[in-house]
Amino acid sequence: MTILEKPKQTLHTKDPNASFLSYMHQWIATSDHKKLGVMYVTTGLLFFLIGGLEAAMMRWQLAWSGMDVVGPEEFNRLFTMHGTTMVFLVGMPILLGVANYLVPLMIGARDLAFPRLNAFGFWLFFFGGLLLYFSYFGAQGLYGMGSAPDVGWFAYAPLTERTFSRGHSTDYWILGIGISGFGSIATGINLITTILTMRCPGMSLMKMPLFVWLMFIDAILIMIAMPPLTAAQIMLLFDRWLGAHFFDTQGGGSAVLWQNLFWFFGHPEVYILILPAFAYVSEIIPVFSRKVIFGYPLMVAATIAIGFISLGVWVHHMFALGLSPMVNAIFMGSTMLIAVPTGIKMFNWIATLYGGRIRFQTPMLFSLGFLTQFLLGGLTGIMLAVVPFDWQVSDSYFVVGHFHYVLFGGLVFSIFAAIYYWMPKVTGRMLSETLGKWHFWLLFIGFNLTFGPMHVSGMLGMPRRIYTYHPDRGWELWNLLSSIGVLFQIAAILFFTYNVLNSLFKGKKAGDDPWDAWTLEWETTSPPPEYNFPEIPTVHSRRPLWDKKHPEDPDWKYE
Amino acid sequence: MTPDHKTKLARAASGLMSKPIHAILLASIALLLTPSLNSFVMADEVATVPSNAPVCDGAAPWPTMFAPRSAPAQEILNITWLVIGIVGALGIIVMTMIIFSIIRYRYKEGDDETEPAQIYGSNPIELAWTILPTLIVFVLFMVSARGIFEIEKETPPEGSLEVTVVGHRWWWEFEYPEYGFVTANELHIPIGDDGTPIPTFLSLQSADVIHSFWVPQLAGKTDVVPNRDKNHLWLQPNMAGKYLGQCAEYCGGAHANMLITVIVEPESEFKKWVANQQKSAAVVPAATKGRHIFERTACINCHTVRGTVANGTFAPDLTHFMSRSILGAGAAPNNPKTLRQWVFDPQTIKPGCDMPAMKLTNEEIDLVCDYLETLK
Amino acid sequence: MTQATAKSMPSASTMEAPVAPRRNLNRGKLGMACLICSEITFFGTLLATYLFYIGRDISGPYPQDVLDISVAPMKVVFNSIFLLTSSIWIVLAVKALRKGRIKTFACWWLLTILFGVEFLVGTGMEWYGLIVDDGLTIRTNLFGSGFYTVVGFHAGHVCCGLILLTIIFILTLCGYMHKRHTHKVDMLSWYWHFVDGIWIAVFTIVYILGTA
Ligand code: HEA
Ligand code: HEA
Ligand code: HEC
Ligand code: CUA
Ligand SMILES: [Cu+2]
Repeated sequence: MTILEKPKQTLHTKDPNASFLSYMHQWIATSDHKKLGVMYVTTGLLFFLIGGLEAAMMRWQLAWSGMDVVGPEEFNRLFTMHGTTMVFLVGMPILLGVANYLVPLMIGARDLAFPRLNAFGFWLFFFGGLLLYFSYFGAQGLYGMGSAPDVGWFAYAPLTERTFSRGHSTDYWILGIGISGFGSIATGINLITTILTMRCPGMSLMKMPLFVWLMFIDAILIMIAMPPLTAAQIMLLFDRWLGAHFFDTQGGGSAVLWQNLFWFFGHPEVYILILPAFAYVSEIIPVFSRKVIFGYPLMVAATIAIGFISLGVWVHHMFALGLSPMVNAIFMGSTMLIAVPTGIKMFNWIATLYGGRIRFQTPMLFSLGFLTQFLLGGLTGIMLAVVPFDWQVSDSYFVVGHFHYVLFGGLVFSIFAAIYYWMPKVTGRMLSETLGKWHFWLLFIGFNLTFGPMHVSGMLGMPRRIYTYHPDRGWELWNLLSSIGVLFQIAAILFFTYNVLNSLFKGKKAGDDPWDAWTLEWETTSPPPEYNFPEIPTVHSRRPLWDKKHPEDPDWKYE
Repeated sequence: MTPDHKTKLARAASGLMSKPIHAILLASIALLLTPSLNSFVMADEVATVPSNAPVCDGAAPWPTMFAPRSAPAQEILNITWLVIGIVGALGIIVMTMIIFSIIRYRYKEGDDETEPAQIYGSNPIELAWTILPTLIVFVLFMVSARGIFEIEKETPPEGSLEVTVVGHRWWWEFEYPEYGFVTANELHIPIGDDGTPIPTFLSLQSADVIHSFWVPQLAGKTDVVPNRDKNHLWLQPNMAGKYLGQCAEYCGGAHANMLITVIVEPESEFKKWVANQQKSAAVVPAATKGRHIFERTACINCHTVRGTVANGTFAPDLTHFMSRSILGAGAAPNNPKTLRQWVFDPQTIKPGCDMPAMKLTNEEIDLVCDYLETLK
Repeated sequence: MTQATAKSMPSASTMEAPVAPRRNLNRGKLGMACLICSEITFFGTLLATYLFYIGRDISGPYPQDVLDISVAPMKVVFNSIFLLTSSIWIVLAVKALRKGRIKTFACWWLLTILFGVEFLVGTGMEWYGLIVDDGLTIRTNLFGSGFYTVVGFHAGHVCCGLILLTIIFILTLCGYMHKRHTHKVDMLSWYWHFVDGIWIAVFTIVYILGTA
């Protein structure tokens, strides 16, 4: 047994004598996984508001044909910054932050394997993000052209070459994303090492909570898939700064190569974003159904399968590129294959619901929102995988609809679920259920109103990334509906913001285990002390707290 | 606002007002539109194709993949219905499972407070929902794979028309190698006088960045990629008409206004059109003054008018400019008013496009436009 | 380590519950292994690009004209032998350290560094020749772009390795190295082997496949 020195500062115990500066210093100089986790998530949420405002601007512009809210240049910047922000500065930091906070707690450890590397990773992300946004002011360059990047979040060459993208906007995209990418790789490696070496006694791999499994596979994907993006970006940088010819089509370079390299990263990236969502709901659904997760071993197997397959499907973003029928057919097959392990997860979650005693507190509402919306998004994904259909709707609003259903309806809904579920642990205070329900229902309605009609306008022939359209195409109604949906979403987000701020200061005290849950993080206090556990726990099953609460019927007898 | 818009809005409004929820929606619309109504009206007058312009053939009000008028588009639609069927059925089944579980097993006031039975898994059930989706996926794969090979033919069939399509930022160049002329923005292709389909084979090339050729009623899209000249697309229309499409790959500033117009016409008319295009530009003495201004200005560095000194290749060929119904790849209809506006400052019609305002005086503009209008 | 076992949940049932046995992985080494994995995908991307562009240059100089793969002193094959054998020396060095023989360790370690330096110098001379005599720069053609990027990134990694090796060497001279540091030194040797391994791939692709 280990005796620890005196407990240090935790999230909310602010020493009344300490000055504001020294309080800030504690946060800035910290290498504590919990503080870093909170910093990641907070920064991510702030970027979410910015990215959301950019989206709202776009929706306003598109509400009707011939609108003139923003001009074409500004619109192009908006969708580029919106997509880039949401993927790299919202999705990534929030998933890394939540993992940062929870993985050590769930495996009964006191920190990540390399705490200082962890802090380094956060600051890389943070300054990468700032650098990207600095482009609004700094990208004028010698030519006096450009501000923020306007090449789309996947920055297809040769549009990104010097010839077509003067000034420095694209350089900011490369450097901002590249730097924060380094941070993600560092944190990914950190997570893998932590999970493999720092589990508490008794926690064999097959006794880890599913959350930890999913983050483990996720970290492996980060480790494998991010470096190719970095490499591609460096080549692009060499093109732009040193006059190399990698993607310079006039110098023999290849536009197809960039697409291959980008999507070799880009597809795994979208699974990097959705696996954490799976992780959150895999913890939340059982607790609120009061049932153990159904089919744990198969869930683990499916996770591994998803990880593997996702590395081999990237060409489905390039079906319209004119590749040979054979290549298209092969990648259509691998893409569809991913429905099988994902379906297994879906069905196992449903089986967990089945026969439970479901309580509809806010975390559960958001998880159920995730379940239904991810189902729809996944199914439209399968439709897109059908190459001939994709030839029609690729690069149309149908695709925009698809990926918002998985990214927003999937990822963001599950992030909200996670926040409602774990914030009591982090701050020691509950969020309001009433405000939470308002948040959920407004967002649920707004979300579906915004992104449902996009499938229709896409099939009616509306391409993405257009800042305006003519009235003769029959897209107006659908766009109007989409735009109205955003109003609901804004209202929802305002409820959420108020709820969070209110709870920080006035929330009901949570206690250690407000949800009557089963994994180790609920064993310690809320908020947890800096050293997490006074004593490193020993576990015997996947649900240590269940064992404790039901000594007559412990889990390990059945696993 | 044009009167046309007003009636449209009025009709929509009366429909919307019939239920309270609709009134809420309408209020939101109003909220959304008011601040920009002003600019909306302005933009409307300058740049948009009037909505009474003939769009497509009467059978399809909108350019959509659900009104196919050509063999590949038809084949895609057949597959699409199948996919929608399978995926829709799956969606309904799984959604029902979710909703049923949620409702049936919700916690109710007065329920037993103990935990429900803990079920750790079941091999046969889990095996079932591994195998069933695998089978479904297999079926879907087989059907679609056949479609891919059928649609993505590499060699043009006997007797087809060949056209080279070159994507430019932000307009289209069409070259008819068999007939030896180049035109822009409006693609004319034939159909038999009796309605028998004639295949057209497009080879897709790009002069700068990636574009994508997409006319939903005729075929799926295929990217137009620089330094990759092997991309093809074939059309086999079965109905005459005017089909609209649009560049579908983001290509920078004016991507939104890089529209496509395909005119499918009976072979006899097509032949007449070809004969006209093959001729050099008409010389109309009355327009000599305008012609001189055109030739003295930088216009000729970018534009070609066959038979004159203008031989630039950076911009659309203007030899038979007046045979086109649209301006700037469809950014506006081609009429004297819009044409004057265009020559005065193209950026007001098509913001971001690569033609600068030429800073001509009003008088010069009139003369140049009079000349351009002779290029029938 | 703080992970001493504790009886955390004393209840009748958990007392008899099985506790899975623990295997101890070394954090540092695992971290290094992960780093190497991601480095491999990084170089994999650069090499895939190089492979993709072999034979697509629209103007010279072409690899077969300017890359000298004869077995002559200070040419690439010669340099490669130095780099690859340095891997042997570092193994011997680690072995010596494990046994606590600090002096032997220092000798092998220095030899590793010298061989690494030779390789870098060799690369520098090759580049000098290519740039000055053959006029091949990164802007010349696809081959130039790919060549300098791939070989340059590899040389950069050799540089990093050498800096780390030198730091250890200085620490050794100052008498700070000890048997108990074997783990850390071993970790560094992994990195060095990885840099060697990458060179084999680079050599095969750039000098053999690329000039075929
Ligand atoms: C969180 C992110 C996320 C996730 C999880 C997914 C999941 C999937 N996506 Fe999506 N996708 C994106 C994010 C994501 N996607 C983004 C951002 C883009 C656009 C990028 C851009 O261009 O900007 C994109 C684009 C995209 C395309 C390219 C479209 C185009 O540009 O032309 C395709 C094509 O195949 C595709 C397919 C799929 C498939 C098959 C899945 C599958 O994983 C879905 C699997 C899930 C299910 C199928 C539902 C549950 C399963 C069952 C109930 C079992 C039974 C089902 C069957 C047997 C079918 N996606
Ligand atoms: C996680 C990912 C994510 C999320 C959450 C979203 C959220 C939203 N997205 Fe986004 N989207 C992408 C990822 C995402 N998107 C990507 C990757 C692209 C592709 C980009 C590209 O083509 O390159 C894209 C593209 C995209 C387009 C297509 C643009 C085009 O092709 O022309 C549109 C159009 O409507 C759109 C809309 C929206 C809307 C309305 C939301 C909304 O749901 C947002 C809701 C949030 C808010 C409305 C914020 C609330 C703000 C407040 C309450 C104000 C308070 C503020 C302060 C106090 C500062 N998105
Ligand atoms: C810098 C090059 C340049 C110069 C100079 C130039 N143009 Fe253009 N022009 C273009 C480009 C590029 C387009 C295509 C714009 C688009 O659709 O995006 C175009 C389009 C047009 C069109 C519409 C063609 C069509 O098919 O829709 C007309 C008419 C035209 N120009 C007339 C003129 C006249 C008259 C002048 C001289 C007074 C002129 N241009 C000078 C580049 C130029
Ligand atoms: Cu051309 Cu978009
Ligand atoms: Cu994908």
